[in-house]
Amino acid sequence: MEGIIGYGASIPRNRIKVEEIAKVWGADAPSYRKGLLVEEKSVPSPDQDTISMSVEASKNALKRARINPREIGAVYVGSESHPYAVKPSGTVLAEAIGATPDVHTADFEFACKAGTEGMFVALSLVKAGEIKYGLAVGADTSQGAPGDALEYTAAAGAAAFIFGRENVIAEALYTYSYTTDTPDFWRREYQYYPQHGGRFTGDPAYFKHIVGAGKGIMEKSGLKPADFTYVIFHQPNGKFPFRVGEMLGFGKKQIEPGWLVNKLGNTYSGSSPLGLTATLDISKPGDLILIVSYGSGAGSDAFVFRVTEGIEKVRDLAPKTRELLDKNCCYVDYGTYAKFRQKIRKAG
Amino acid sequence: MPTPSRYWREIPQRYRLEAGKCRNCGFVAFPPRAICPACKAREFETITLADAGKILTYTIIRVPPQPFVDQAPYAMGIVELDDGVRLTGQIVDCDFEELKIGRRVKIEFRKIFQEGESGVIYYGYKFVPE
Repeated sequence: MEGIIGYGASIPRNRIKVEEIAKVWGADAPSYRKGLLVEEKSVPSPDQDTISMSVEASKNALKRARINPREIGAVYVGSESHPYAVKPSGTVLAEAIGATPDVHTADFEFACKAGTEGMFVALSLVKAGEIKYGLAVGADTSQGAPGDALEYTAAAGAAAFIFGRENVIAEALYTYSYTTDTPDFWRREYQYYPQHGGRFTGDPAYFKHIVGAGKGIMEKSGLKPADFTYVIFHQPNGKFPFRVGEMLGFGKKQIEPGWLVNKLGNTYSGSSPLGLTATLDISKPGDLILIVSYGSGAGSDAFVFRVTEGIEKVRDLAPKTRELLDKNCCYVDYGTYAKFRQKIRKAG
Repeated sequence: MPTPSRYWREIPQRYRLEAGKCRNCGFVAFPPRAICPACKAREFETITLADAGKILTYTIIRVPPQPFVDQAPYAMGIVELDDGVRLTGQIVDCDFEELKIGRRVKIEFRKIFQEGESGVIYYGYKFVPE
C-alpha cells in the first residue's frame, strides 16, 4: 500500500523568547505566554530561507528513504514565503537532491496548509501509478509585522515526506479535504507583512475547518478518536490544538508528542507536517495517526496514517525533530532578530 | 560578481558537491577537470564528496568583497572532509569563540548571497558545527 517511505525535518538554531519581543513593545510577556502557550520561537539565520530549509529537510528524508533520488517523479514545495515571486523553489530543491531532469516540479501556496497540499498531490500521483516516488515539503520563514500578535509566533522550519509503494513506514489509509472561501488572513502582492481578522481567525476559520475535516475523515474511515494513538493539528499557537482536539474528542496524550509550538512557534506550512515528523519519531508499528492541517483562506487537509514495522529501521537514520528543536539553540536579542528578519536594514 | 550563467554552470558542485575522480590514479578534482593534474589521464568518474569533516584552519573576514559586505564579520575555513578532500567555505551558526582547529563540522545547504533586492539568489554549501 502507498504511504510515507521517508521523512525529515529542518529547524534553524536561533531562538527568540516571548519576553524579548514583549520588552520592545511594552507588552505583558506573562499574558502572551499564558494566552498563546508559547515560550519562544525559531528564527532563521540570514542565509536560511524556504529553499535552503526544504533542501535540508529533504536530505534527511532521503537518508531515511534510502532511494536513488533520480527515481523521484515529483517534487513539491508548499510555502507562503517562497524566496522568488517568479521562479520556483522546487527546481532548486530538485537540483540540490539530484532528482532532475525527469521530474515534475511545482510550488504550492495556501497560507499554512501549502505543505499538506503538496503531500496530498504527491501521494495521489503515487497512488495513481504515475510516479514511483513523490517528495513533498512544507516550509516557511513566516513574518509577523513588528508589534503585531503574530510576531510572537511567526517562526521558521521545514518538514519533508517521500511517498512510495515499497518499504512504506506509514501507510496512507485515508485522505479528506474541507475548503470554503473565508478571508481570515491574507497578504496582498508587494506587501511585506500579512494582515488578519483578529478573533475572526478562530471560530469561523481554524475551528470550523479543522472540525469539518476531522469529522469528515472519521466519517469516511469509520474510525473514532479513541482508535488513534496520536493526532496532529495545525499549531498557530499552543492553545488552539488542544481546544480543537477537545471539540473532536481527542485528549492531551494523543496531541502532545506532535505539539511543538511552545518552543518552535508557528512554522506555517511546516507546522502540522513538523508535528507529524516528531510523532513518527516516537511511534510504534500499528499506531494510527491523524493529521489535520489548516490554511487560512481557508481549508484543511486530513490524513490517516498507519505506522508499519519499517519505522524501526529508518527512525535513527536522520536527526529526530525534538533533537533539532532542543539541541544547540542560540538565543538572540530583538535587535539581532530584527536584522536577521530584515525588519531593519543597514544604510547604503 | 558572478553571472547567472556561471552560477548555473557550477550548480552540480555548489548544490551536490560533485567531484571528478581520475579513473587512472584516483586523484579527486573539485571542481572537476578535463585532465588529471597528477597523471594527465582524461577519464574521470563523478563522485559526491563527504558531507562532514573537521576544521583544518580558519580566519575571520572583517573587510569582505562587495557581495558579502552585509555578512561581515564572518568565518571562512578550510575543512578536511571525511574522504580526505580539503574544501574552503564559510563556517556559520557558530560563535567565533567556538571555532577550533579540529572541530567537527557538517555541510549544509544555505544562501550564499543575492544580487541586491531584485537579482538572482545564489545557493550552495556552508559549514555548520556538527
